Amino acid sequence: MATTSAAAPPRLQVEALHSTLAGPFSFSLDAGECLAISGPSGSGKSLLLRMICELDPCSGTAALDGVPRASMSAPAWRAKVVYQPAEAAWWAPTAAAHFKPEQMARVQALLPQLHLSPALLETDIQRLSTGERQRMALVRSLACAPRVLLLDEPTAALDPEATAAVEQLLRTELAAGLALILVTHSEAQAQMLGRRRMRMQDRRLQAMQESAL
Amino acid sequence: MTVIQPSAVDLAIAASLILFDAAISAFLGLRLQGQLLWAALRMVVQLLLVGLVLRWVFALASPAATLAVVVLMIAAAAREVAMRPAHGLRGWPGMWLATASVGLSSIATVLLALFTVLQPTPWHDPRYAIPLIGIVLGNVLNSASLGLDTFYGGVMNARAAIEAQLVLGATRNEALAPLVRDSIRKGMIPIINQMSAAGIITLPGIMTGQILAGMDPMDAVRYQILLMFLLAGGSGISATGAVYLAARSITDERHRLRLERLVHRK
Repeated sequence: MATTSAAAPPRLQVEALHSTLAGPFSFSLDAGECLAISGPSGSGKSLLLRMICELDPCSGTAALDGVPRASMSAPAWRAKVVYQPAEAAWWAPTAAAHFKPEQMARVQALLPQLHLSPALLETDIQRLSTGERQRMALVRSLACAPRVLLLDEPTAALDPEATAAVEQLLRTELAAGLALILVTHSEAQAQMLGRRRMRMQDRRLQAMQESAL
Repeated sequence: MTVIQPSAVDLAIAASLILFDAAISAFLGLRLQGQLLWAALRMVVQLLLVGLVLRWVFALASPAATLAVVVLMIAAAAREVAMRPAHGLRGWPGMWLATASVGLSSIATVLLALFTVLQPTPWHDPRYAIPLIGIVLGNVLNSASLGLDTFYGGVMNARAAIEAQLVLGATRNEALAPLVRDSIRKGMIPIINQMSAAGIITLPGIMTGQILAGMDPMDAVRYQILLMFLLAGGSGISATGAVYLAARSITDERHRLRLERLVHRK
């Protein structure tokens, strides 16, 4: 587990982030840490993730390893703070066409960990099952080598076996230093992955008990 | 060859065809009679008015009057471009975008024709400037609205796919590039079709008019070729300009979609 000295800035620092729709939100997250957020549908969980990756206009500040978001271009920020919506969209006919050549080695390494056959890369994306697409979306997000990953219900369409594979992969990535914000409806998943837990209610975040790892 | 001028009686005979259409509509229950007669009446009144205005402006031969007519025509075309697509930019930005793309493309192509090809004296002779800008405007209006319609509709449909690219670190240009290309292509298809069909499937209107008015067919053809090139140039500039401006207008400097700037009509 990554240990941070008192002087090192947190991996992700969010300060008074708000829009007319939700917030303000303030919290920080260290490398290797997972923040699990639960809460009813429509409470603002996805809005929070969209604001962190700056897909929706918002006020307040955010910083990555102490570097303010405003000092980076938005694409540079989003390449490091990757948001994966609950229903990932695809813009090319096959999964393979969504990756850059330099990402392929990483993709090939990730596929078996999620029980995905490499043949699926060349299959028409519409012919993949919902669960296969959801896991492929996680491959797509991780292939960008993000520092912070914002996951919106990444196992909603998965059977228990595939869910376990995703959770195992996320544990590995956390151990390697990824910071994760996980929106989940699954109490078991939140407990397993989230050292810190928060609850979204009426577009406000409330801290829940901190459980030791 | 002598030019046959259609008299009022000749026009009245031709107008009987409109009555014939109306009779068909009434007989078959198409319920088009009202619209048909109203459109025919509008056409007659509008064209007579334009004829009077043109005769007056040609007689004035004043650059200011010519400029005023040109500005009015561009404003009318821009309004069509801004209002016609099913989606458009809210408020003044939409009007500015349309005016810029339609105005620049038509003025640029017409100036090129006036200064290098036709060279009338004076160069702003309304007898050349006004008809040219009219025919070019008709075409660039079509290209710009087709391009914008494709672009805005595409953005609404592909919003999730565009944002999926943005969240992985794509710039707005990268995320919108395929749609921008498609939209410009849509805007340019009509002029390409028009050029391929010219002379085989259709006799272009200008050429037909000049032949009927007594011009030698080869001279009329030369004019038509010149016009086609002007129209192709204008179409390309207006479709490209309109779609690129639209792509800038519905995104912001933080590379995100701002679809709240779009308004849906009807």
